[in-house]
Amino acid sequence: MQSVESFVVVSLIKSVIAVFVLLTAVAYSVWLERKVVGHIQNRWGPTRVGPFGLLQPLADGIKFLFKEDITPPHVYKTLYIAAPMLSVIFALTSISVIPIGNWVTIAGVHTPLQITDVNIALLIILGVTSMGVYGVALAGWSSNSKYSLLGGLRASAQMVSYEISLGLSLIGVLIMAGSFSLRDIVDSQSGVFWGFIPRWNIFHGQTVAFFVYLMSAFAETNRVPFDLPEAETELVAGYHTEYSAMKFAMFFMAEYANMITVACLATLLFLGGWHGPIWGLTWMQAVLPVFWFLAKVFCFLFLYIWIRGTLPRFRYDQLMAFAWKFLFPLAVANLVITGLVVALRS
Amino acid sequence: MPQNYVPIFIFIAFIAILIPVTLLAAKLVRPDNPHKAKLMPYECGIDPVDSARGRYTVRFYIVAILFVVFDVETIFLFPWAVKFKAFGLFGLVEMLIFLAILVVGYIWIWKKGALEWV
Repeated sequence: MQSVESFVVVSLIKSVIAVFVLLTAVAYSVWLERKVVGHIQNRWGPTRVGPFGLLQPLADGIKFLFKEDITPPHVYKTLYIAAPMLSVIFALTSISVIPIGNWVTIAGVHTPLQITDVNIALLIILGVTSMGVYGVALAGWSSNSKYSLLGGLRASAQMVSYEISLGLSLIGVLIMAGSFSLRDIVDSQSGVFWGFIPRWNIFHGQTVAFFVYLMSAFAETNRVPFDLPEAETELVAGYHTEYSAMKFAMFFMAEYANMITVACLATLLFLGGWHGPIWGLTWMQAVLPVFWFLAKVFCFLFLYIWIRGTLPRFRYDQLMAFAWKFLFPLAVANLVITGLVVALRS
Repeated sequence: MPQNYVPIFIFIAFIAILIPVTLLAAKLVRPDNPHKAKLMPYECGIDPVDSARGRYTVRFYIVAILFVVFDVETIFLFPWAVKFKAFGLFGLVEMLIFLAILVVGYIWIWKKGALEWV
């Protein structure tokens, strides 16, 4: 048992590293998105700042810091300032329970590769991410502008509708794993069946659930083809129309941090977490699980961007009908079938 | 273990300090030249007509109510799913009855047209 001081210090160091890594990842997923969408549309994307435009996120960050921040007089100031902060705090918090690998020993401290290992991690993530809707709804309402209000309302309605399918799609995984702990869920996906197919949930019974999760997650994070709240061509920018400079950047950071959380969760729940082929020297065996985890997260993020470059936007009535008339029954059917199959097997 | 939850609060405390500090730092370095046109609510350059607190469709309220009903159901399913193997056949049958009642309600809502967005 370690002492209280070292416990706090270790947690603090891990928090600082996690925030730093996450914000860098957020900045570079913006870069990746611009680059990939650029190439999909036969353009180059950012090229001017640094090699391959790699310093572009840094330049954007400095620009955000030095931009004039307009707080219009017609807004409800307290909520107007609180909303972007709430958004980004909730978006970042969910990363604190996500494990990226097994336990390691660094400098004599035996620690899990995550900020903390709790046995209800999945519940915490669901709770925290669903709080994100407050940031959006408050921003839309407190801006006191028509576009913002409409964008905020649309975003709230969309996020709460898809949250139900998102929650239901996870229940199949929970039945298979029998635990809320993300570590246990990953462990339940180890090994192979039929000799070569990995026992990841996406291959092992939860394929439908994965696609329900995928679509709900896209809608939860307000991404194409479900980016109705932002809908540049009709709502300008939706709930953040009246925001500028650093406060706008915070909504942006929140959106991309949410994308990363969703990608991590998809990896942990459906794509087998850090499981993958492991061989070689001792240090390689230590590094490879983390590499597999990050590679899967990257693939998921790439899928996000690919879809953004491919699909057009839904109409709002189609969006709501899709959530309530298609995804919800599908998720319930998947849950019932999973329950029946697991019960018959045991 | 309860002490495992402490790092989450340390993490939240850290970002809850970091984010306002970033905003304050931006306040120190950025220019500040307000102008009447800049401060108008954004409506594509046209002077705003009417208040922004207009009426909006009742559909949003219906979605909110439906969300409460079905989300409570989802939350109810979570602990059941985790203890699925411990409950055995009894738990499965019990939950199938619960879901059947729910599906009847769902079909009724659909027939009533609450899911239409017109």
